[in-house]
Amino acid sequence: MVLTFWVVYTLTFMLMHAVPGGPFDSERRVSEEIKRNLEAKYNLDKPWIEQYLLMLEGIVLRGDFGPSIRLSDYSVNEVIAQGFPVSAALGIFAMVFALSLGLSAGVLSAMFRGSLLDLSFRVLATLGIAVPNFVLASVAVILFSFVLHWFPSAGWGSLKQIVLPALCLGAPFAGYIARLTRTGMLEVLGQDYIRTAYAKGLSTRHVVLKHALRGAMLPVVSYLGPATAAILTGSLVLEKIFALPGMGSHFVEAALQRDYPMAMGMVMVYTGLLFVMNTLVDISYGIIDPRVDME
Amino acid sequence: MNIADNQQNNRDEYSRLLSEVQKIRGISIWRDVWMRIRKNGAAMLSLAFLVVLGLVAFLAPVLPLQSPQYQDMVKRQLLAPNVSQISLYKTSVAEYQRELDLLYERSRKWSEYASISRLYDDVAKTRMIWIEARDEIDQRFSNQSVETSEILQSDNSVPNRVQRYSEKFKAKRIQLQEQVNRISDGKDILKLKETIESWEANHPIHALWSNSGTLTRWMLECRLRFVGDWCIPSVLGTDNLGRDVLSRVIWGARISLIVGIVATLVSLVIGVSYGAISGYCGGWVDALMMRIVDVIYSVPFIFVVIFMITIVKEEQLASWLKSHGIDQITVFFLMIGAIYWLTMARVVRGQVISLKQEPFVDAARVVGASRIRIVFQHLVPNVMGIVIVYLTLTIPQVMRFEDFLSFLGLGVEPPAVSWGLLVNEGIQVITPVRTYWWLVVYPGIALALTLFGLSFLGDGLRDAFDPRMKNK
Repeated sequence: MVLTFWVVYTLTFMLMHAVPGGPFDSERRVSEEIKRNLEAKYNLDKPWIEQYLLMLEGIVLRGDFGPSIRLSDYSVNEVIAQGFPVSAALGIFAMVFALSLGLSAGVLSAMFRGSLLDLSFRVLATLGIAVPNFVLASVAVILFSFVLHWFPSAGWGSLKQIVLPALCLGAPFAGYIARLTRTGMLEVLGQDYIRTAYAKGLSTRHVVLKHALRGAMLPVVSYLGPATAAILTGSLVLEKIFALPGMGSHFVEAALQRDYPMAMGMVMVYTGLLFVMNTLVDISYGIIDPRVDME
Repeated sequence: MNIADNQQNNRDEYSRLLSEVQKIRGISIWRDVWMRIRKNGAAMLSLAFLVVLGLVAFLAPVLPLQSPQYQDMVKRQLLAPNVSQISLYKTSVAEYQRELDLLYERSRKWSEYASISRLYDDVAKTRMIWIEARDEIDQRFSNQSVETSEILQSDNSVPNRVQRYSEKFKAKRIQLQEQVNRISDGKDILKLKETIESWEANHPIHALWSNSGTLTRWMLECRLRFVGDWCIPSVLGTDNLGRDVLSRVIWGARISLIVGIVATLVSLVIGVSYGAISGYCGGWVDALMMRIVDVIYSVPFIFVVIFMITIVKEEQLASWLKSHGIDQITVFFLMIGAIYWLTMARVVRGQVISLKQEPFVDAARVVGASRIRIVFQHLVPNVMGIVIVYLTLTIPQVMRFEDFLSFLGLGVEPPAVSWGLLVNEGIQVITPVRTYWWLVVYPGIALALTLFGLSFLGDGLRDAFDPRMKNK
């Protein structure tokens, strides 16, 4: 884990400083003294190695990413604190939506296999996977906001405003989860222990929810790790479309404007999130499937 | 005699067996896959669709489409889908003449007024109005690359102009070439090169379809010769700069498909070699290589890509690369390919590990094949099945990624078109007042259908290769 963080940090640092041009190049021409003062304040005039170590020390010892160069009144920590809840909420909503819709669609699809319901769910799932989420978002905005007036098209704050972004973000994952669940359920439902459960006289609902689902969940759970990564990247685009005050827009800005501390902060936060999710996924393997022993 | 009889019987028996055996035809894996996938309706439909799409995209310069980049903000902004007649330069000589007449009229009135008022400001303003309006009209009608007088000629269809221009250019080029041969001064050669380049840039075809390679240029000239100025009307509408959506979607298909295929091939080459070598070597080499893959896997690659693209878009670096013949799209391919090879490497490694135990590998080693030879000549072809399946599953991912980047503004640059760019532009024009739905829906449909088709094809191929589904 520490290795990953360190690799990410080094890679990001090298990339940022490999880009020619500094953060102050595109502003108005300032006099030399002012420029030097600015650079001294942000430690940009020191040699690379020293900047590297300084930033590393700041992050590791104090958890402080430093001041943002571009948004001059905010430190990176503040920006992240402001934007993270929004992005996290969006991601969580999307994930919840994806899981609930995907699981139910997959289970129903597997149980009524070959029927019209199954076919339509499969088509919808493939559609959800095939269409990129920004295309879906734009069509959804046109349809639901401008034609039907069901949901507002932008902004953040009320529950109504979160529905459309979460739906668009979660749709591809719902599709994929539905497929995985369906395949998993089909495999599990053919097993002997399910037959035993039915033979014991348990209701279908009981059998499916309590016994079969646990076995089918494994591929879904292992998909959740990469799904989180994909949700995080997908949110970059959706935050732009729906004008949400999340972290994603800050990142692209920071990369384009060479705001080094901000970019570094974003990357580290995302890496951390990813790592936490992957660890959770690994742990839940052990809970769901008792045959896996935990290290 | 019994022995002779027995021997004869045996021989007959053996020859009968031999002829029977010779009649058995084995089936190669490819033929088997083809036969199985033919039964999968959805996969065949997708294959047909993709083949048609590829053909249309390849033949795009020959089709009688409008220009994908010629802007006309005066009359053709944001038109709904329609079937009105249209020609390549979208406006006729008569309209140009009429606009010029209006301008003359207007400036004449102003100069009358200025001569009465005799104020210096008014005179200056007259001149300014005249110059600005004149420039604006020229820009509208000639797009800065056609001499205005040419438009007024009666025979101003694009094919004729192309022909005239080519003749002029040929003559000019011969003249310039002679000059270059005579002069040996470096600076003059540079100036002459620049002159040649500017003549290239002013070619009438360049205004309509810029950045066309040799084959594309030849196809465009064929189209101009056979179909002339006629274009398919804007059946899918126009965008906010007056460009036709149908032609943009079809020309965008070329770039999107090429990026998808080439980037996937890049990731294929890297991934297969890496995975095969890692799988075959085993031991600590394998462990190390897989560790590297794992670490890279956990890096949120999107950020690395955004950084790298920002690097490459930088002025100096971009021109340095261009001078070495690597243009932006090639960098794109390499970068996208560099992301998606990880899964391929893992999959190939798994396959190679299971294939390593097979007798044919031992046989090759006994015969004395070097390790590289075993890996690339024997193992890799046997892995091709699963590689192709993952290929068809990676192409949609790559296309999605390229669209995503274009959407963020980091992808293909105008005047090149790609589907992601189209969706991006479409979204920017969405307002609640008037919905320009055709700007978003049609590129979205094109994208969705292609990705759909690729997904189905990939699924069908995966099922066809799976031995467990053999007799379903």
